[in-house]
Amino acid sequence: MDANLKDFILMLADNNMILGQRLGEWCGHGPVLEQDIALTNIALDLIGEARTYYQYLAEKEGKAEDDYPMLRSERAFKNVLLVEQPNGHWGQTIVRQFLFDCWHYFHLEAMVESKDATLAAIAEKSIKEARYHLTFSGEWMIRLGDGTEESHEKMQASLNDLMPFFDEMFDPASYEVACINQQISPDLSSIHSKAIAKVQSVVSEATLDLPTDYFARKGGKTGLHSEYLGHILSEMQYLQRAYPGATW
Amino acid sequence: MSPNYSLEANFQNRIDNEEKIEPRDWMPDAYRKTLVRQISQHAHSEIVGMLPEGNWISRAPSLRRKLALLAKIQDEAGHGLYLYSAAETLGTSRSEMIDLLHAGKAKYSSIFNYPALSWADMGTIGWLVDGAAIVNQVALTRTSFGPYSRAMVRICKEESFHQRQGFDILYTMSQGTEAQKEMVQDAVNRWWWPSLMMFGPTDKDSPNSAQSVKWKIKRLSNDELRQKFIDMTVPQAAVLGVTLPDPNIKFNEKTGHYDFGEINWEEFYQVIAGNGPCNKERLAARIKAHEAGQWVRDAATAYAEKQQQKKSISVA
Repeated sequence: MDANLKDFILMLADNNMILGQRLGEWCGHGPVLEQDIALTNIALDLIGEARTYYQYLAEKEGKAEDDYPMLRSERAFKNVLLVEQPNGHWGQTIVRQFLFDCWHYFHLEAMVESKDATLAAIAEKSIKEARYHLTFSGEWMIRLGDGTEESHEKMQASLNDLMPFFDEMFDPASYEVACINQQISPDLSSIHSKAIAKVQSVVSEATLDLPTDYFARKGGKTGLHSEYLGHILSEMQYLQRAYPGATW
Repeated sequence: MSPNYSLEANFQNRIDNEEKIEPRDWMPDAYRKTLVRQISQHAHSEIVGMLPEGNWISRAPSLRRKLALLAKIQDEAGHGLYLYSAAETLGTSRSEMIDLLHAGKAKYSSIFNYPALSWADMGTIGWLVDGAAIVNQVALTRTSFGPYSRAMVRICKEESFHQRQGFDILYTMSQGTEAQKEMVQDAVNRWWWPSLMMFGPTDKDSPNSAQSVKWKIKRLSNDELRQKFIDMTVPQAAVLGVTLPDPNIKFNEKTGHYDFGEINWEEFYQVIAGNGPCNKERLAARIKAHEAGQWVRDAATAYAEKQQQKKSISVA
């Protein structure tokens, strides 16, 4: 398989995988039962989507789907820095989710036209879920931004903290450029326009201020991660690493 | 009907005729109280029961298992929701019930005060704990209170799926490496006796049972349910190739049931009294989630009120 295509698929897979893993930490600890269920639902969708990408790679490379999430080390992961950020409080999780959903939804919308038929089919299937995620996180942005004084402050602080991780999703890594040239990946600037318009409209309805003066953080897409990822992987990969070759 | 035919006699008559009691029907206060206690305890068990399994989501050994575990725990949250709703039809709100749990005044199934120490525990909880829950809940589908009975019908379908899933985890491991087989045996050793305790004290020590049976809230006694579970489970243990940690388990030709050894009731009462391995952690986790979520619930309420005001202004 073409190395650029492989890295591109890994980026898509790892984004969903790591965010799904993070959301799984909430299960049983949500602020109210209904929202516990809703967040677990999103985790299920994201890990489910990640799994379809890993299966695609596994089939092409004659490996097992679990080899990718369970047996690669930190530097081989291609997810953006945003998704590995800690859950924090519910509001931080919502802001992280909303920023991700703005990329995820519009990216999938464009991926439906990908020249890679498998990726296009995965996008077709996943976009319905991503649309629901965006509605969910957008509604919570507004509810908490325009809720109480306390919730407003918490949301503003979370937005300020996480906005620096937004741009990475739209800044093409070298493997993406190659895939853009082959029309496997969409052009990211048009997705950025749609995503930022959505961010602006929701942030404004949430009565929050969109930070613009920040230093954009990047590196995850090319394997340069925060310290958080190592801890995520040591939990996630524990059994596969401790008992090599076992079937579960 | 005689003019002094009392409400209470009429109520018992309906129960005896296998009619379901619905929330708006007249019922004795004690019947209502017993049901709120039992259904809320059941709901709390679903919610607290999410914790030992939640402990393994991040470490599930494959994506398939991780998705199945997440979905299972999500089902438990859903069961909690139906059950709280069923109890709410009797006039007690969900938040009142949750406050009682956090104050240590409402109970939940003691089984969840045991720790989940290895991946085999995910299989064993499914196989034994859900297995025991099913035996109990299948009997409850015939309980006299309509909303509880209907919630049970729905819950039982999902629980049997969970139980098969648990069995499948153990079966896969039992076909695997020596280390995996040891994990399975160790998990079964730890969960077997607590699973038997899930049915509660023996009939002679269960003071609530007689009235509950008369009202058909309970359809079978603790000992009858426990025996059913043991009879169902012993042959399954043989398929898994595990030894149940009770040398006295033996098929009794005369009774047609399996005999079994003495349950350590001292341990049961200690765990109920709050001295189990994880009582403090379980309750602390629930209280922490609830308190950390307070600002979120407040904000949601404030936002909804603002929207309501906007609506009424625009209507005016």
